[in-house]
Amino acid sequence: MRNLWIFISRYSTFFLFILFFGIAVVLVIRNNSFQRASALNSSNQMIGKAYQNVDYLKGYLSLNETNLALSRENAALRALLKSSSYDNNVVVNITRDSLQEPEYSYIEARVINNSINQKNNYLTVNRGSKHGIQKGMGVISSKGIVGIVLNVSPNFSTIQSLLHSDTRISASLAKSQAFGSLIWGPQAHDPQKALLRDIPNHVKVEKNEQVITSGFSLFPPGIIIGTVLETGLSSGSSFLDISVRLNNDFSTLQYVYIVVDRYSGEKENLETKNLEND
Amino acid sequence: MTKLLLENILRFLLLILAQVFIFKNIGYYNLAAPFPYIMALLLLPVRIPKTLLFLLAFLTGITVDMFYDTLGMHAAACVTLAWVRVIFLNLTLQDDDHDSFASPGIGQMSFRWFLIYAFVLSFFHHLTLYLLENFTLNNILFTLTSILFSCIFTTVLIVLFELIFYRRRKR
Repeated sequence: MRNLWIFISRYSTFFLFILFFGIAVVLVIRNNSFQRASALNSSNQMIGKAYQNVDYLKGYLSLNETNLALSRENAALRALLKSSSYDNNVVVNITRDSLQEPEYSYIEARVINNSINQKNNYLTVNRGSKHGIQKGMGVISSKGIVGIVLNVSPNFSTIQSLLHSDTRISASLAKSQAFGSLIWGPQAHDPQKALLRDIPNHVKVEKNEQVITSGFSLFPPGIIIGTVLETGLSSGSSFLDISVRLNNDFSTLQYVYIVVDRYSGEKENLETKNLEND
Repeated sequence: MTKLLLENILRFLLLILAQVFIFKNIGYYNLAAPFPYIMALLLLPVRIPKTLLFLLAFLTGITVDMFYDTLGMHAAACVTLAWVRVIFLNLTLQDDDHDSFASPGIGQMSFRWFLIYAFVLSFFHHLTLYLLENFTLNNILFTLTSILFSCIFTTVLIVLFELIFYRRRKR
């Protein structure tokens, strides 16, 4: 206390100055409108700045909750987007013709899952039993055949791709009409190539000859599959093995058509009777 | 002692009256305004107690403020002047001079010393006054210019008064 008193008395001039100057400034600010306004204004500005900084810091503390709320809101908004809604609008084109009764109709579908690099490849499309798709239907795209419907749920179907070791499709050569079965698998895992088997030895095969569907299978006849790449891969028997370059690019598939064959049930029923006879 | 008291009171009254009735109306546009009333504080005895000095400075300022309708501004300026006065006297005067009760006028000190003394003190007075009056740092250049010109104006007036009234008396 004594030291404090000594300190104050030593610098008494300064303390007196501070005291009287403080009183004078208080008087100035209290009694002069402009000075009061600007003093209040600047102090408000400082306080506002301080509040702003504190608020900024507080923002960090509640960042977690804010993020959670925002991500929920994002999810809710994303659910409203057009791309997240299921397109239920099916366009089925059937030709009405009294002379020629149409056999095939097509259901357009969008590929929502696809693979090409597996040993057995599958696709998923956004059409299912609700839209009239059944197991075993053929699937084509604008460039060629795609595969066969494997399983069906109300809204989706899985398709066994042509690039599947169990897929066998009846195909024929465009010129000679000789037919064999198109396979993909054990020997060739290239998604751009397939093998045409069971073409008899005597058939003349030319390079770049077109390979089309034969009409014996689920597909309408004459749909292009690919072109002959190599011939004479003889397996030592009386049949040729023909390497086929596929026309369809499976890696960029987006829209496909599911082939609805009106008479397929009738055909199958009839054909099962063949087996009963055996 | 009584003479000293009377002299100071009389000087104080005359200077305040001159300030508020004459010098208030004199000015070079807005650039320079004289405040020679601070002479009353300048010429207070050298060894006046500090507390009394500050109190007198404050009261002088308040009195002028009442006439100028700027309550507190001249008081703050005069208090600053008192502080600078204490520091200035401490720096420039010898210890034995501090014992003197005489006014630090031209009669006691040299002309050069008094000129610097008046200029420095009026400068700090005007600086505080103008800054408080403007209360903003916008147009600081104009403010500083008017501070300088007012300061010169005030100093010239104070030195003139000193020469007219006190030099003669000494002789």
